[in-house]
Amino acid sequence: MQWALTHLDDIGWATWEHAVLVSVSVAVAFLISFAVAIWASRQPRVYPPIMGITALLYTIPSLALFALLIPLVGLGRVPAIIGLVAYSLLILIRNIATGLREVPADVVEAALGMGMGPWQLLLTIEMPLAMPVIIAGLRIATVTVIGIATIAAYINAGGLGTLIFTGIAQDFPAKIVVGAGLASGMAVGADAGLSRLERRLRARRAA
Amino acid sequence: MVEAAWAYLLSHPKLFRDALVTHLTLSGCALAIATILAAPLGIILSRSPRAALVAINAANVARTVPSLAVLAIMLPILGTGFAPSLVALTLLAIPPILINAYVGIRQVDPDAIESAVGMGMTRLQVMARIELPVALPVISAGVRTAAVQVVAGATLAAFIGGGGLGDFITSGIALMQLPLLLVGAVPIALLAVGTELLFHLLERTLTPRGMRPGSS
Repeated sequence: MQWALTHLDDIGWATWEHAVLVSVSVAVAFLISFAVAIWASRQPRVYPPIMGITALLYTIPSLALFALLIPLVGLGRVPAIIGLVAYSLLILIRNIATGLREVPADVVEAALGMGMGPWQLLLTIEMPLAMPVIIAGLRIATVTVIGIATIAAYINAGGLGTLIFTGIAQDFPAKIVVGAGLASGMAVGADAGLSRLERRLRARRAA
Repeated sequence: MVEAAWAYLLSHPKLFRDALVTHLTLSGCALAIATILAAPLGIILSRSPRAALVAINAANVARTVPSLAVLAIMLPILGTGFAPSLVALTLLAIPPILINAYVGIRQVDPDAIESAVGMGMTRLQVMARIELPVALPVISAGVRTAAVQVVAGATLAAFIGGGGLGDFITSGIALMQLPLLLVGAVPIALLAVGTELLFHLLERTLTPRGMRPGSS
């Protein structure tokens, strides 16, 4: 473990890269999912096929998906982000759509009766009410992406997986332990933090 | 590129078959061991709320640990090869099966159990005729989640010398041979989707007729 103490800057950099990769992927996925979920809530017919396609993407093992992306977009951060976004879509679209659908119809009607426009309705009524379910989706997606992003290091996307893979290649246990430990810690931490936020939002809604 | 991949497959049938067999053996064994260990444990836990609180919370935390982290950490402990991969994949499969077995038994309607007891059933009969059949769809949903995760995880066994179809992807990336990537990735994707569908079917068959959607 002497290695860890003398290479804190490398470890910090890998952690930072990992966090950026995860944040960018989840943010992009969230924007896409939000648009798709709103579209699906206006056009219920498109929801089942969207769920089918995103469930298929979700089922494909990550290393296989990254491998299939290499002929199309090569190595590096771009295929990594595309893959990570693809994995987040199912959970995010499903939870945003479910959250919006669970908003009581009489609340929506009352808001419309007060003269609210569709955007105002969405931003001031539907979104806040749907927030606990949306945050739950965000939590699962983030935890999933933190894990899969370690594999993205194999296609040169950087991050904590780099420590794991160089540790394996050089038969250097300290690097493996630090990389795997920090990735696990980040996943467990994100899970705990976002579930606390979720509970707080639910409690506020119940009050 | 697809043609090149196909040509590679036809010229190396044994290589591909061996990788596929390793992949399936690794996944199948891990899933079987995990089910044998975790399903009974989950059922037992449903009887002791205090132990369950600890175990289910631990399983929920364990579930968030990345697959690659579990596989890679085997290297310093058990070395490379089939056995460390098997241990890692078994560990990956345990949490979803454990959680679903526990939840499945817990969600059985207490009224149904009470009336079975009132009819004179013993505890064992209640378990065998009421609790297990009602919980079986939830338990098998846990096994399905674990199965898909294990098939995907077995791809990563290539990194610690466990073999399997992931080998084609790692050598494809190392040599930058695009057709090799397809030889690994397409069967892996099909295998994962096939596993999902197969277990869905199993789940439906295991659901008692009166509980199937559509039967009132």
